[in-house]
Amino acid sequence: MAKQKLKEIVINRDWCKGCGICIHFCPTKVLELDAKEKSVVVRPEDCICCRMCELRCPDLAIEVITDQDEGENNE
Amino acid sequence: MAVKDYLRQRFFPHMWCPGCGHGTILNSLIRAIEGLELKPHEIVMTSGIGCSARISGYVNVHSLHTMHGRALACATGVKLSRPHLKVLVPMGDGDALAIGGNHFIHAARRNIDLTAIVMNNRIYGMTGGQFSPLSGVGIKATTAPFTTIDNSFDVVELAKAAGASFVARSTAFHVKECKDILKKAIEHKGFSVVEILSQCPTHYGRKNKEGDAASMLEFQKKMTAKIGSKALQENPNLIARGIFVDLDKAEYCTEYEKIIDSVMKEKV
Repeated sequence: MAKQKLKEIVINRDWCKGCGICIHFCPTKVLELDAKEKSVVVRPEDCICCRMCELRCPDLAIEVITDQDEGENNE
Repeated sequence: MAVKDYLRQRFFPHMWCPGCGHGTILNSLIRAIEGLELKPHEIVMTSGIGCSARISGYVNVHSLHTMHGRALACATGVKLSRPHLKVLVPMGDGDALAIGGNHFIHAARRNIDLTAIVMNNRIYGMTGGQFSPLSGVGIKATTAPFTTIDNSFDVVELAKAAGASFVARSTAFHVKECKDILKKAIEHKGFSVVEILSQCPTHYGRKNKEGDAASMLEFQKKMTAKIGSKALQENPNLIARGIFVDLDKAEYCTEYEKIIDSVMKEKV
């Protein structure tokens, strides 16, 4: 599998409850809580597309979109 | 189908507290269903009462929200009348093993083709944090302000002894492993039990000073080890994770069908 490149991390602000799980377990510290206690992307360039935030999010609010997603999973 | 298509998005954001492990289990479960390429009309989700039982309202499949502890009983009825459907039964620890304890062991004894998912947060969250049969000794709860003295069940050993043909354990922290185990459990023909350790930061975490959701997940990481791993051999106090039983045993609906066939032949 070729190395994936991040296109976008989409965070649904209406669904996010700011529990901080994604922030705590991100291996490259891409995410942070903002003033409204919602998760936001601050360092997208550091993202390694491991998708652990997307898989662990208890609010199902995060979606990691990479260059390999097109045509495969995103129907 | 995309993962989000398995959700009833109009009910989101869900009612679970910030950092609740049940949300992560829902996340793993819909990814497992998506991985198996099951269609929503092929799945029935039956749940009882409690925080965990609310999961059946959030999935875009056939769903039944039944009585406290009776999810497996209702699921047995669904499965016997429509054996071609995949029946998933997510339950909480109290729902599965206190109120529904009898249904649990007897469903396992029959080895009926259901997937029982025990979302174990070791507390009754919805009613305000009473201790459950899976809390264990030395736990603080609303009903045990000076810590519990009750021993807990070991779901894996209980399910094994009762006759379940697929028994596994995972956690809300080990999401990839959890997804793989759920996939295998859903595909398994026979009664499958998957215990998933979950976190309740609101009641269990606060009373027992385990901190926020992230630190409770760190605790799950620290306290568990894969079966057959070196860590588990060195420290038997760790909770084992993985697949404990995967047997090919006579399944209830198939046996029932055989009885009907043999009786019908005699008549003719």
